Amino acid sequence: MQTHQYDVVIVGAGGAGMRAALESSTRARTAVISKLYPTRSHTGAAQGGMCAALANVEEDNWEWHTFDTVKGGDYLVDQDAAEVMAKEAIDAVLDLERMGLPFNRTPEGRIDQRRFGGHTRNHGEAAVRRSCYAADRTGHMILQTLYQQCVKQDVAFFNEFYVLDVLLTHDLAGGDVPAGEEVKVSGVVAYELATGEIHVFRAKSVVFATGGAGKIFKTTSNAHTLTGDGMALALRRGIPLEDMEFFQFHPTGLAGLGILLSEAARGEGGILRNSEGERFMERYAPTIKDLAPRDMVARAMANEVREGRGCGPDKDYVLLDLTHLEPAHIDAKLPDITEFARTYLGVEPYTEPVPVYPTAHYAMGGVPTTIDAEVLRNATDVVGGLFAAGEVACVSVHGANRLGTNSLLDINVFGKRAGIAAAAYATTAEWVDLPEEPEAYVVGEIERMRDRAAGERVADVRRALQETMDANAQVFRTATSLEQARADIAELKKRYAAVSVQDKGRRFNTDLLEAVELGFLLDLAEVVVEGALAREESRGGHFREDFPTRDDERFLQHTLAYARRGADGSTTIELGTKPVTMTRYEPMERKY
Amino acid sequence: MAQTNEIAPETGSAEGTPGGTDEREPQAADASGGAGAVPSFDVTLRIRRFDPDADEPEAYWEEFTVTAYGTDRVLDAMHKVKWEVDGSLTFRRSCAHGICGSDAMRINGRNRLACKTLLKDLDPSKPITIEPIKGLPVIKDLVVDMEPFFASYREIMPFLITGGNAPSAERIQSPEQRERYDDTTKCILCAACTSSCPVFWTDGQYFGPAAIVNAHRFIFDSRDEGGAQRLEILNDKEGVWRCRTVFNCTEACPRGIEVTKAIQEVKRAMITRAF
Repeated sequence: MQTHQYDVVIVGAGGAGMRAALESSTRARTAVISKLYPTRSHTGAAQGGMCAALANVEEDNWEWHTFDTVKGGDYLVDQDAAEVMAKEAIDAVLDLERMGLPFNRTPEGRIDQRRFGGHTRNHGEAAVRRSCYAADRTGHMILQTLYQQCVKQDVAFFNEFYVLDVLLTHDLAGGDVPAGEEVKVSGVVAYELATGEIHVFRAKSVVFATGGAGKIFKTTSNAHTLTGDGMALALRRGIPLEDMEFFQFHPTGLAGLGILLSEAARGEGGILRNSEGERFMERYAPTIKDLAPRDMVARAMANEVREGRGCGPDKDYVLLDLTHLEPAHIDAKLPDITEFARTYLGVEPYTEPVPVYPTAHYAMGGVPTTIDAEVLRNATDVVGGLFAAGEVACVSVHGANRLGTNSLLDINVFGKRAGIAAAAYATTAEWVDLPEEPEAYVVGEIERMRDRAAGERVADVRRALQETMDANAQVFRTATSLEQARADIAELKKRYAAVSVQDKGRRFNTDLLEAVELGFLLDLAEVVVEGALAREESRGGHFREDFPTRDDERFLQHTLAYARRGADGSTTIELGTKPVTMTRYEPMERKY
Repeated sequence: MAQTNEIAPETGSAEGTPGGTDEREPQAADASGGAGAVPSFDVTLRIRRFDPDADEPEAYWEEFTVTAYGTDRVLDAMHKVKWEVDGSLTFRRSCAHGICGSDAMRINGRNRLACKTLLKDLDPSKPITIEPIKGLPVIKDLVVDMEPFFASYREIMPFLITGGNAPSAERIQSPEQRERYDDTTKCILCAACTSSCPVFWTDGQYFGPAAIVNAHRFIFDSRDEGGAQRLEILNDKEGVWRCRTVFNCTEACPRGIEVTKAIQEVKRAMITRAF
């Protein structure tokens, strides 16, 4: 075992982690620990853009952006946080430009902007051009640019290190630490993939920027590595997860594959059609049609299929029609995604419509934080020195449904805030003692898994989990379907206890790490399902067919899900709440 | 599943020579696309393996036969092996759609991303050979040590260099100026190009195509003022002049970057100092 000591340890090297590192590393001794090489992070897969009310091409202002974010999130957004994000969006874009990000340009040489779902002029009048973009690889450019700046600043990276535990001064999982008591972080424990060695990182501040958990679903745009590690580690240590029942299903995944085709395709004029050739979004969102928010479009698509208007031999998808666009326009604005259609489906988007169906895309929920990225351990108390930003976190700026482009914005705004706050905390805070044998828990878990002679295959349990989540907790949910998912997950957790790996080696044992990641997925799927069962209403990305309307009376509040360890050592999920912060917008019916 | 434990000879012809036995037209049966019913077929993967934890670590070939479908990629077949047959088979992967750059490998003698290579576009009736990319130390099976690759990247100062105070708004750049370096912004640092380069194989000190591509991305960016410094670095004996214009890198690039052209442009800039 090796021990390291840094003022600030950042876990995850996607957009949020690296944006935090750029701030923190100039102010305090900082290390970034990432299970991937930084440029492999899934920020790089983001396509369409990053919204900011620059008003470079038409009238716009950050207050409209705030309103759209709040309305898009079906009023579950914390309005103070949305305001911070929309206001700071402008500097976030300009920061990136100054770092060298190659944005597309207007004829005058300014940053170009385009339309995106749910982003409107003057509180919903019409779609507005707010998304700053670099072709359809904006996320790739952000990830590259931030990594370039990290190289410039000589940021210390520990690549291909898996963080498997977070160390706190108190055991929160027992549920008996009184509110108000000071709880602090003391570091993290990591597993080095190349050697199999355990590393303990002592730190005054720890920033979680570990991304999402899309792999709880079968059909997903997410990378294989998006297994919700940071969320699950926090949960296991007694930190609640907020609003996990809200998962975004992106409308345009390549049918059967889930690979993302950016909403920019519709921003640039693409149209969704059913088997009758009808532009069906006209019926669901008469004003902004195909540019309605993602939850509405995904549901509309699923509904078309359900009512028999799907396309293809099994009538199980709809079509994204770009054939009326000029090939030169497609090449200039949407080169990557049209190549995906060609490569993976053999479809030529110039002349043929592309088969699409919703794909699990983004966790609106996550580790609860303040607007300064401090992690909350209940509705009010922060954990001293622990921060989170990006998809792992729930600020909450996305509420019940995230607007397109607001995730790239989120990682930049709140990644920056997390880096500043973590460094500020570390410069004044005292060192906290590490617990006795800080590595014991991780070593125990790893060795138990490695040593189990024979048992269940990881892949079998994972596939069963993903299938039940797709079947029972996707775009349409009911009490019956969710109870089925709950029963399936309970059964799969039993099977997981008997899981074994074939690779018994020390070095680069990805077999072992996949088994560990499966444990995270199971824990998180359970939280999603428990939250979804309890929330007997439909709001944003969470749609209950048995409760098809929004119920502000009972449910205009955040869910906090706690994993509580009972006397017998078993863990159950307990649900609490947290009020939604309202500033200037009263909940209204959501029409587009 | 047959296993051959001897060290087999290198397969495949010269790097990046298309039109060999591995290049076939997509099978007609699958031309309808991925969303409908797709036929299944058996495919054999012949994989170069190396276990660093073995008593006497030695590379060897191992064959696996799995059932695949018309839209499956090489990565899908490899996952099938790992998840259903042999969990110890080790490779990097993440996004699985050609954007993260984790899974560059030598497939039928040519560098490609496993997630972007459809089985049907190879010839699934013959074993598909899969080896680690060349020129970098093998850690385990298909995993190589990427550090030397990233070290070269870091050396060319891959970040915007500007003088004076930053402007309060954005820097102005015309669409034409932006277009000038567009191609080289696509790089995902997968190392397919660098590890396809015969110069790099014989001389690990050579910067390699990927580093030069990333230097190009800044040298031709109208906002950047570090061009002269970068050209000085690349004027080194391990710099651009080692490129022998073999075009392997351009063939290998999964992002379609005209790598050799970019290197030529850097060479020309070095002579003319015009960029």
